[in-house]
Amino acid sequence: MKKAIVGKKVGMTQVFDKQGKAVPVTVIEAGPNVVVQKKTVENEGYSAIQVGFNDVAEKRVTKPLKGHFAKAKVAVKRYLRELRIEDAASYEVGQEIRADVFKEGDKVDVSGVSKGKGFAGAIKRHNFHRGPMKHGSKYHRAAGSMGASSDPSRTFKGKKLPGHMGSVNTTVVNLEVIKVDPEKNILLVKGGVPGIRGSLVMIKDTVKA
Amino acid sequence: MDLIKVVENEQLRSDIPVFNVGDTVKVHVKVVEGNRERIQVYEGVCMKRQGGGLSETFTVRRISYSIGVERTFPLHSPRVDKIEVVRRGKVRRAKLTYLRGRVGKAAKIKELR
Repeated sequence: MKKAIVGKKVGMTQVFDKQGKAVPVTVIEAGPNVVVQKKTVENEGYSAIQVGFNDVAEKRVTKPLKGHFAKAKVAVKRYLRELRIEDAASYEVGQEIRADVFKEGDKVDVSGVSKGKGFAGAIKRHNFHRGPMKHGSKYHRAAGSMGASSDPSRTFKGKKLPGHMGSVNTTVVNLEVIKVDPEKNILLVKGGVPGIRGSLVMIKDTVKA
Repeated sequence: MDLIKVVENEQLRSDIPVFNVGDTVKVHVKVVEGNRERIQVYEGVCMKRQGGGLSETFTVRRISYSIGVERTFPLHSPRVDKIEVVRRGKVRRAKLTYLRGRVGKAAKIKELR
């Protein structure tokens, strides 16, 4: 990945493009991120930068973390995330990363933790079909067959069944950047991104390029 | 401030007249034909207004060659050149879907005085 930034999902709305068409967009409060630590091949075996995002009161941070921030001489942050950027060596500790790493028209991938759906049935979780609701049917939303009979006499591992759904790391790929405002830390991407409003998202250049 | 409002405020239009459901309006729509742009006027009764902020839309119904036509416009769309209020109507509903089943005199809306 060449560039990336950590931000907060604010919510969705629509804007009009140059042709006057309404475009659905997600508003992301992107950055400012501060480089807190540099990981190098010599020390850690790989190169990356660790960035902090979202200022927070000092009493909200544990003592060990406070020391970590003090070492980098930056204000304490709520979130610390590692960005494995290719040219991580060119970043300095304390350097600020703003939304203007991206520009209008760029294609990006956005990662976040998807909305939790709780214990979901097979229809919602695996897009199974429903049975008839009427005409004497008692087979409505059940998962259906568990597999063949006396041979193999068991249900195969990985059978799609009801269970917990959502709250997992998800990436939406190839979204277009509609607008960038580094002063107000606003990044608009076309379409939806994972997670609830206020959740942490990571925006990076797309793997599809 | 709410960042969504910040994003929307940039494109919100201030030149939109006050009009309500039941009003007869003339909507001047920009139509692109090839590389030429011209303005088409669409007149009818405002049937409903939906949504809020930049996403607000309104639906205008008119009878065109004895066929009912409904068009929905985004209120703040740059494709809408201007909106004129022709007549204020007196209605007691927020959505005038009952107009769909009516023709002629029954579909008339009293003028607000």
